[in-house]
Amino acid sequence: MKLTGAQIVVECLKKEDVKVIFGIPGGVIMPVYDVLYSENSIKHILTRHEQGAAHAADGYARATGKVGVCMATSGPGATNLVTGLANAHLDSIPLVAFTGQVSTGLIGTDAFQEVDISGITLPITKNSYVARDVKDLARIVQEAFYIARTGRPGPVLIDFPKDIQLAQTEFKYPESVSLNSYKPTFNGNVKQIKTAAQEISKAKKPIIYAGGGVISSNASSELRDLALKTNIPVTTTLMGLGSFPETHSLSLGMLGMHGTAYANYAVSAADLIIGLGVRFDDRITGKLDEFALKAKIIHIDIDPAEVGKNVLVDIPIIGDTKNILKKLNEYVHKKKETEWLKTVEDFKKKYPLKYSNNEELKPQYIMETINKISKDNTIIVTSVGQHQMWAAQYYQYTQPRSFISSGGLGTMGYGFPAALGAKMGCPEKTVICISGDGSFQMNQQEIATAINNNLAITVIIMNNGYLGMVRQWQEFFFDKRYAETTLNGNPDFVKLVEAYGGTGIRVNKKQELYPALEKALSLDKFVLINCIIPKEENVFPMVSPGSPISKMIGVDKL
Amino acid sequence: MRHTIAVLVKDHPGVLARVASLFTRRGFNIESLAVGHTEETGISRMTIIVEGDERVLEQITKQLNKLIDVIRVKDIFPKNSVERELALIKVNTNSLPARSEIIQTVDIFRANIIDVNNQIMTIETTGTEDKINALIELLRPFGLKEVVRTGKIALPRGSVSTSGLNKKAE
Repeated sequence: MKLTGAQIVVECLKKEDVKVIFGIPGGVIMPVYDVLYSENSIKHILTRHEQGAAHAADGYARATGKVGVCMATSGPGATNLVTGLANAHLDSIPLVAFTGQVSTGLIGTDAFQEVDISGITLPITKNSYVARDVKDLARIVQEAFYIARTGRPGPVLIDFPKDIQLAQTEFKYPESVSLNSYKPTFNGNVKQIKTAAQEISKAKKPIIYAGGGVISSNASSELRDLALKTNIPVTTTLMGLGSFPETHSLSLGMLGMHGTAYANYAVSAADLIIGLGVRFDDRITGKLDEFALKAKIIHIDIDPAEVGKNVLVDIPIIGDTKNILKKLNEYVHKKKETEWLKTVEDFKKKYPLKYSNNEELKPQYIMETINKISKDNTIIVTSVGQHQMWAAQYYQYTQPRSFISSGGLGTMGYGFPAALGAKMGCPEKTVICISGDGSFQMNQQEIATAINNNLAITVIIMNNGYLGMVRQWQEFFFDKRYAETTLNGNPDFVKLVEAYGGTGIRVNKKQELYPALEKALSLDKFVLINCIIPKEENVFPMVSPGSPISKMIGVDKL
Repeated sequence: MRHTIAVLVKDHPGVLARVASLFTRRGFNIESLAVGHTEETGISRMTIIVEGDERVLEQITKQLNKLIDVIRVKDIFPKNSVERELALIKVNTNSLPARSEIIQTVDIFRANIIDVNNQIMTIETTGTEDKINALIELLRPFGLKEVVRTGKIALPRGSVSTSGLNKKAE
């Protein structure tokens, strides 16, 4: 039987086991929506802005490990996805985005709502397609999903002209993907793994530096095996939070610009750094010339292009982190606790994360309180800014995929829609979105999406009336000249939520926090808690841009 | 240092844009670029000449390899390879003495005259970049009307092959 292009796409989505699509319809994607209208096995979540759809699909992917799917019409619908695609690209999140396109005959004529979206997104997608022939469609969709989730994951865009949606052909889903130009390496080189194992045995001051790759390859238990067998302390990146339980004595929390002082000191003193699924980003290394000068570096990653990009690596191992760690764990010898662990323990005691916990409603205190009352199955989703760093520092992540945040792109406004996506993917889990007042307003239109779909998440706004992180930088590096960082004209967030028919709670005082949280988490519906925090609270420790990570502001002072 | 990079790609629309953008992003100027079909249907070969820092180039090579439509990337070293470029040179031939001098030069360079009238002569030449540069310089005094060059193409010497598909995951 012949199917239309639109029907074929929906059949392909079913073959790929897609359960949820986030999107907004429009002119030239209507044939697909018409098919979805009578399709029961796929739920479509209507967001209020396409950026929300892309972030929601991203949050869904991070929470579940599956490929997130978003959909938009041509032109402005497609361009509104761009930030979301860039965000997924920088954090290596598997996403497939469908955009409607004007009919093939009109492409290139500046037709109504026409943009060259595959051209626009060229540097921020792993691959993209313009489906110009209905006969190619099934193969394209299959390839897109395969490319998005394998190797180093990433977003793939399919631009789908309207006439191809309506054209008909026989539907046949290819049995397997055949791409002779795309063959990611999965198994690490055994010789290199053995060399790495030897270095680990020899090392006196080793440290594991784990990143998002550990989470995307589901290698947390292998990481734990390695750390426990060898007694090597573990620090993680922002993207790696949750890959190793922060409640464990070997955990040093997060490193880098706003990492713990003890993690940064330990990395700076180490003689061996074992990088797992990381990319030695500038927020981690600080001044590159002075990063881990005494250390040999083992770098395990699936992407060969990351090896030697920022730092010179002594032992590169290319492949899937999980596979490599499994092998590596066979070769490493058990190691007892060493002098080094005592040194690290000492760092921890001397330079703990600290803030002045007074009568005020401190953001750090908010995170500690959430940490106390939240259960194991909680996912924390953040936007970008000071609140993000406090959420990273003052909550103990013990499970992979329990912390979802925009790392590489640093997208304000990411958190709220991503939290909705996470909740769609994991309805059985408690999803708490931490946001700033600035970030929240960048996608607050999605309150409607949350309420309309009964997505029971709790949003906590750390409201300081500032673009806080920028203000902090202005305080330190621009002589307190707070240029355009004061958010005058903020709405009353409680009333705002109520206007949508939702529940809002305002928390002004410290003692109001706990009851508000308890209430929100017991209600099983969308609740926003507007926490009024001290206006000029800072995130410490802080490594000034261009400084080595061993030189931090706000460590000795506290 | 100057590099000759051979890139085997799938013959899809958009591949050239993807490849070129990787160079632009890192601030590399592509000196020459030649694209054409290979012995295999559906596979094209780009020969790209760039000048740049070794480490950045290594990074670009790796990034090129990551592109889904790129099958293979190879840095071709001039020492172990044969390289050719083709040029068409349109030169003024206003006076008779000029005309015979040009014909002599063309002979010495083993180039061909492929179009002629009483105003101009169009000369076709192939060879290394140096040879073509030399010919152009000798013809310049007569008045160059127009010069077009294909950009360099290159193959490794001997039985070594740059192509050979399905080798990316080695």
